[in-house]
Amino acid sequence: MSRLQIENLSVRFGTGEPVVNQVSLTLQPGRMLALVGESGSGKSVTAHSILRLLPPQAHVSADSMTFEGRNLLTQTEQQLRGLRGGRIGMIFQEPLNALNPLHTVEKQISESIAVHQGLSRSATRQRVLSLLEKVRLPHPESLLGRYPHQLSGGQRQRVMIAMALANDPTVLIADEPTTALDVTVQAGILDLIKQLQQDMGLAVLLITHDLGLVSRYAEDIAVMHQGSIVEQGLTAQVMQAPAADYTRHLLAAEPGGSPPVADPNRPVHLRTKDLRVWFRQGPKTLFGRKSWFRAVDGVDSLVRRGETLGVVGESGSGKSTLAMAILRLIESRGDIELDGTRLDPLNRRAMTPWRSRMQVVFQDPWGTLNPRMTVGQIIGEGLQVHRPDLNATERAEQVATMLEEVGLPATWQHRYPHEFSGGQRQRIAIARALILRPELLILDEPTSALDRSVQHQVLELLRDLQARHGLSYIFISHDLKLVRAISHQLVVMRDGKALEQGPTEAIFRDPQHDYTRTLIDAAFSTRVHALG
Amino acid sequence: MTFNNPVHQRQWQAFRANRRGYWSLWIFAVIFVLCMGAEFIANEKPLLVNYQGNLYVPVLQSYPETTFGGMFETETNYRDPFVRELIEEDGWIIWPLIRFSYSTINYDLTVPSPAPPSAENWLGTDDQGRDVLARIIYGFRTSVLFGLILAFASSVIGIAVGAIQGYFGGWIDLAGQRFLEIWSSMPILYLIIIISSFVTPNFWWLLLIMLLFSWMALVDLVRAEFLRCRNMDYVRAAKALGVPTPTIMWRHMLPNAMVATLTFVPFILNGAIIMLTTLDFIGFGLPPGSPSMGELLGQGKANLHAPWLGISAFVSLAFLLSLLIFIGEAVRDAFDPRKYLQ
Repeated sequence: MSRLQIENLSVRFGTGEPVVNQVSLTLQPGRMLALVGESGSGKSVTAHSILRLLPPQAHVSADSMTFEGRNLLTQTEQQLRGLRGGRIGMIFQEPLNALNPLHTVEKQISESIAVHQGLSRSATRQRVLSLLEKVRLPHPESLLGRYPHQLSGGQRQRVMIAMALANDPTVLIADEPTTALDVTVQAGILDLIKQLQQDMGLAVLLITHDLGLVSRYAEDIAVMHQGSIVEQGLTAQVMQAPAADYTRHLLAAEPGGSPPVADPNRPVHLRTKDLRVWFRQGPKTLFGRKSWFRAVDGVDSLVRRGETLGVVGESGSGKSTLAMAILRLIESRGDIELDGTRLDPLNRRAMTPWRSRMQVVFQDPWGTLNPRMTVGQIIGEGLQVHRPDLNATERAEQVATMLEEVGLPATWQHRYPHEFSGGQRQRIAIARALILRPELLILDEPTSALDRSVQHQVLELLRDLQARHGLSYIFISHDLKLVRAISHQLVVMRDGKALEQGPTEAIFRDPQHDYTRTLIDAAFSTRVHALG
Repeated sequence: MTFNNPVHQRQWQAFRANRRGYWSLWIFAVIFVLCMGAEFIANEKPLLVNYQGNLYVPVLQSYPETTFGGMFETETNYRDPFVRELIEEDGWIIWPLIRFSYSTINYDLTVPSPAPPSAENWLGTDDQGRDVLARIIYGFRTSVLFGLILAFASSVIGIAVGAIQGYFGGWIDLAGQRFLEIWSSMPILYLIIIISSFVTPNFWWLLLIMLLFSWMALVDLVRAEFLRCRNMDYVRAAKALGVPTPTIMWRHMLPNAMVATLTFVPFILNGAIIMLTTLDFIGFGLPPGSPSMGELLGQGKANLHAPWLGISAFVSLAFLLSLLIFIGEAVRDAFDPRKYLQ
C-alpha cells in the first residue's frame, strides 16, 4: 500500500499558466523517489503543495491526494498542522535559514516534540539525545547547548533531519537537502537519509537537480520539466534507457568531454611562488601576539599559455582567495609572475595596464552585473578605461561583436540585466571579461549557480573560446566533474594549502592523497544501494 | 540613472500609486513656484503703472516720486493716497493680489493692532500692523528655501563622508565613526545660541551653523550601503577591469546608496524647517523683522487675545510639514523593493 498518493496535481499562481501541471506521484514505504528537474520546473512547488506550504495566491487542485488513507485536500489547517513535522517530516535546502539562529539545538528539536507529543522535560531531553544519536552526530550531550552558527553545514543539516524525525514520521520530504553542502559532506548526509529510510521504513521524496545523486541513492525517479512529469520509473531503468527526450537531454548535460588539446611545451603564462594570504583574526590586543587565519598558505602554481589550471577544493579551502590574490584585489605575499613580469610589487597605477591582460568571471550570476546599467554599458566599461580613444559608436560595435561571440544577439545591449536568465547573465559576464582581449581568464565557480544543461552550454562556450583565442584559464570549482572536463592541470586545495597538483588525468587516475581520493569518490562513485 | 531604466519607471509608478503623496508633490510644487514669486503676489508696490502714456514696473524698478509729479526725490510710496491720486488722474495702476509686503505697516487700521481679519488684511495683522498673509507667504519661501539648501548641502557632505568611510573602511572608517560620535553629541541648540551671540545671524550664517551639525544624518546610511556594496561581484569585476576608484564609487555604488538617501531627504527637509522655526520662535533665528513662521508663532504666543496669529502660523506650518511627510512616504514606497521588484 502506498504511503502518499498524488493524482493530477496542478498548481497555478494567480491567473498565470500552471507551474505544476497534472502531476501524479506515489510514495512507497521503504523506498526513495527522486523528483528531478532543473530550476523552475516546479519540483519544489509540488513538494510544498503536499503540506499546503505555498503562499496564499497559489491555487492548488488535484483529483486526489491521500496520505495513509486520509484525504489531504479536505484536511483543515489544524489537522494539517498535526501532520507537518509529525507524520510527514520535511528537510529544506539551506539549514542556516531553516534553523532559528536564537535557539539552541535542544530547543529547536524539543519544540516540535513538545507541540506534537507533550512529553515531560526529562523525557523530551532523552528523546532529543536519542535523535541526535540517530542522525550520527558525535557527542550529542555537548551539542545540546549550541546555537546554529556554532555548527558546521553538515551538522546543521543533521540537526534538521533530527527535527524532521522527532515525531516518527512515515514520510520524509527532502527538498535539495545537500545542495548547499560540500561534496564529502553531501555523501554523509545522503548515506544517513538512506540508512534511515531502510531502518525506519520511511517513504522518502528527494527533490534534486543532481542526477549523480539520484542514480546512487533513489530507487524510483520522476523527471519534471516545465511543470509536468515527462518520465517516471525505476531509476536503474530510466538511467539505462531514458524514454523521454528531456531525460536524455538531462543525462547528456552531465559534464563530459575533455579540454582542447594543448601543447605542454608552450611558454609559462602565470606563475605563483609561495603565495600567501593571511587575515588577522581573533581579539586584537595591543601587545598580544596576533593570530592569523591562513586563507592561502604558500601556494605554488603554474599556468602555461592556452592551458587550463583547475583549482578544486571544498568551501573554505582558499580557492577563491587565491584568485583574488592573483588578480591583486587583496593583499598577499609571495611572487605573482605574469609573462615573466613580477606583478606583486606594482602599485595600483602601475597595475592598470596589466588589468586588461587578466580578467575574472564570478560565481553568482545575479550579483555580478550592476542592475542599474544596460548590458552595453556593463560590457563596454572596460573599454572606457583601457581604450579611451574609442568613441561611443566604436565601443557599441565592439560590444556587439563580443555579444555575438558569447552567443547572444547583438541587439540586446540596450537591455537591463534583470531581463536575463542565469546562464545568459554568465555569458554577459564572460563578454565583459573578454572585451579587453585578455590572455588569462580566472573563472571563479562560473557555473555553480546554473542548471546542468546551462552549465554544459557555458562549458562548451569556454572550451570554444579557448580553442579559438588560445586563452589560458584558471578554473575554480568544487565540482570535480566540471574541472575534469575542462582542465589540463589540477590543484587540489585544502585549508589554504595545495595538497596535490599535476596533470588532471594523472590525478584522477592515481590520486596520491587520501583527501583527493575522498573527493573523487564522492563525486564519481556510482555504487547503488541495495534496493529495499 | 536614466529614466528609461525599467527599474526607475517602476519606481515612478510606485510613487504615483501613492495618491496622497503624488498629489502632495503637486500641491507642494505649485505653492513653491508661487512663493518663489512672492513679490508679485504680496507687495506694497504695484505690478504695473500707466502714467501719462508711459508704462512703469515698480515691482522690479524703483522710481522717484517726481516721476509721477510728486515732490520728493526719494522712492515713490505708492500706498500714499496723495501719490495714488496723482497717478490715477492720468493713468492707471495694477496692484498685486495682496497690497502688502512682509514689512509693510498698515497705518490705516481702524482698530489697534493686532487687527483681526478684514477685507483688507485677509488674515489680520500682527502686533506691528503688518499683514499676516503677506508674512506667511514670504516666511514660507524662506523656510522652504532654507530647508532645501540645507537638505541638499548636508546630503552632499553626508554622502561624500559616508562613501569614503564605507569604501575604504579600516582606519578611515574607525576614525570617522569616532569623530561622528563626538560631534553628534554636541548640544546643537546651545551652540547656535552661543555662536549667534557673537555673529549677527542672517540666513547664510544660520545655514552654515546648522550645516555643521546636520550633515551627519546620512553618513551612517551611506556608509552601511557602501560597506555592503564594496564586496559585490560587480564592484570587484570593475576593480579587476582597472576602473578608477572614484568612477567605481560614482557609477557602481552611489546609485545603491541613493535609494536610502532619497527616502530620507524629505524628512531632513522637514527637520531643517522645524529647526529654523524653533530658532525664530525663541528669538535666535533670522534678524528681527524678517518674515518667518517661528516669529509669527512667537507673536501668537505673546498675543493670545489675537488667535488669528497663532492659528494662521500653525495651520500653514502644519500644512507644509504634512505635505513633506506625505511626499516622503510616497518616496519610501517608490524605493521599497517589495513594491518595484515584483
